[in-house]
Amino acid sequence: MINNIKQQFEVYSNALGLRNKRNEILASNIANAATPQYKARDVDFEVELARSLSVGPMNTTSGGHIALGSKNLPGKIQYREPLQPSMDGNTVELQVEQMEFAQNTIRYQTTLNFINSKLSGLMSAIRGE
Amino acid sequence: MSEEIKNIYHIAQRAMGAQLVRLNAIASNLANADNIASNPADAYKPVKPVFETKYFDLIRKKGISTVDAVTVEKMDVDPIKEYKPGHPMADENGFIYRAPVNVEEEYVDMLEASRQYQNNIEVISTIKALMLKTANLGK
Repeated sequence: MINNIKQQFEVYSNALGLRNKRNEILASNIANAATPQYKARDVDFEVELARSLSVGPMNTTSGGHIALGSKNLPGKIQYREPLQPSMDGNTVELQVEQMEFAQNTIRYQTTLNFINSKLSGLMSAIRGE
Repeated sequence: MSEEIKNIYHIAQRAMGAQLVRLNAIASNLANADNIASNPADAYKPVKPVFETKYFDLIRKKGISTVDAVTVEKMDVDPIKEYKPGHPMADENGFIYRAPVNVEEEYVDMLEASRQYQNNIEVISTIKALMLKTANLGK
């Protein structure tokens, strides 16, 4: 029963954690907007979420295969391709980072809303009202 | 300066600190613009901070970094030599030396620094709102 409830929330909690991690990375990019030679970084949210739910691209099809070790391994953090490269080697483009940050924030809040409605749904099921 | 970066607040906090160092350097450059000295060695030289990325190096948090103004360096520019024999600060040949501060450049730098400071404040207030919402989950 408890496991069932846990399963209901697994995807949301993973998504929240990833969104938070992505926010930290985007904040790092914004912090380094004026640092020469700094390369902007980001994660691919969909790939990371799929991996955290262990339905990633590496499925095991035979006993000899080794499955993905831990769900909590650090994700693959990639470098952003700049639209307009600058002379000092910095690849942070403030407008891009701000848009990504805003979008990530909205999606974080949406996930929170999903959790809230899930919670109230479960509560009314428990109360049986 | 060697405090570790624990969370998003530290990232923005230190980035804002670095931008403040930059604003201070700009303020002192502007305050000393057109300062006059009687020999080239005494003339004011504009200062610029050097920014460096500081990484949080725990493997779990790779990609997380902030910025520090590691040093403030004097720019290698020659003072502006001017012939003013009647000036009280003039040397024996009648020359004075003005501080070579490029005021327009400093203004542009100041705008950029303040813009980036504001960006970091924006990050902090957004994250704060998100965390409060998360803390109130299910209420």
